Amino acid sequence: MDLGTLFAIIIGAVFVSNFVLMRFLGLCPFVGVSKDSDSALGMGMAVIFVMTMASLVTWFVYTYVLEPFGITYLRTIAFILVIATLVQFVEMVIEKTSPALHRSLGIYLPLITTNCAVLGVAVVNVEDFINTDLPTSASFIYTVVHGFSAGLGFTLALILMAAIRERLDLVDVPKSMRGIPITFIVAGLMAMAFMGFSGLKIG
Amino acid sequence: MSAMTELVKGVYRENPVFRLALGLCPALAVSTSVENALGMGAAATFVLLGSNIVISLVRKAIPAKVRIPCFIVVIATFVTIVELVMGAYLPELAKSLGIFIPLIVVNCIILGRAEAFASKNGLGLSILDAIGMGIGFTFALVTVSAIREIMGDGKLFGYMVFGPNYKPVLMMILAPGAFITMGLLMGYFNMIDERRRRKSEES
Repeated sequence: MDLGTLFAIIIGAVFVSNFVLMRFLGLCPFVGVSKDSDSALGMGMAVIFVMTMASLVTWFVYTYVLEPFGITYLRTIAFILVIATLVQFVEMVIEKTSPALHRSLGIYLPLITTNCAVLGVAVVNVEDFINTDLPTSASFIYTVVHGFSAGLGFTLALILMAAIRERLDLVDVPKSMRGIPITFIVAGLMAMAFMGFSGLKIG
Repeated sequence: MSAMTELVKGVYRENPVFRLALGLCPALAVSTSVENALGMGAAATFVLLGSNIVISLVRKAIPAKVRIPCFIVVIATFVTIVELVMGAYLPELAKSLGIFIPLIVVNCIILGRAEAFASKNGLGLSILDAIGMGIGFTFALVTVSAIREIMGDGKLFGYMVFGPNYKPVLMMILAPGAFITMGLLMGYFNMIDERRRRKSEES
């Protein structure tokens, strides 16, 4: 484990293979919650939190339950249940400890269970870090850092999109293109800009 | 008559991708070639069919409060079946679909049909609904992927369409092309709808 690889993982997850624009994960909230920047920020924060937690928990589940018992083929079922439980649990904890935070994040949390980016990050973690010959401590740190920075990349794309859509409201868009279609065109242009990052070579 | 409508509605009038904007992530991610699109469509249709059948059979035994976790477990089981079968018999396809096979679990179409249709209707109608929605999803995937493959690669099913002098638009195969194609197609379907509505108002 070295800082260079860690840095490469962060830049990779935020920019080079951005979860929304390059990997096509989490498009439903990306289209649905990007109408104004306030809710985009709220959703982004909730996703960062849940993705980091999900990476952490699924790492433990995979390394200490699925692998020793030789039931790695149950990965999908185990992960989706863990994530659903985790989201429910996080919602309950936030509701009890900080009602203010719950008011701002609360409505987004149930949506996150079916956000494919969260399950996606867990599956990518398994393929990139856990199922390799990395030492346990390194794979753990990489997994958590990757989860966090994937959430960060999602939030970045979401907030950028929300800012663009707020201005798009003032523009005369053809009637049939209003709403989701124009959002996709804008996302395409953003993806083109993000492709510029793919030339980055770090580490 | 009504059985026929249940079957046909998924293809166009309630097309999951173009009309309801569900299941967008796989629709964009695996639509780089028509082969991938057909594979993904078949996998999703199988899961949809299986989950609709099981959920419609046990719908009276599931308590309303825990229905979503129950649905997810049923869906995840069928996804695991697809994952294992595809990995054994079609390893090439499984490799190019990658993490989007486990991610069928969080495909909103499947959970959406379970919640909106199979948990309320009998076995026969649920099967028809699943087949219709599956065809609709596959149709959407194939449309997007055919456009992207023809423009971005100059090929369809591996055969040259435009002859050897065609210079492929590489962007269409990459991420931006997916977003832009999807945006334009959705806009096109909105436009057809708009026109049809205007015509029916006039007459």
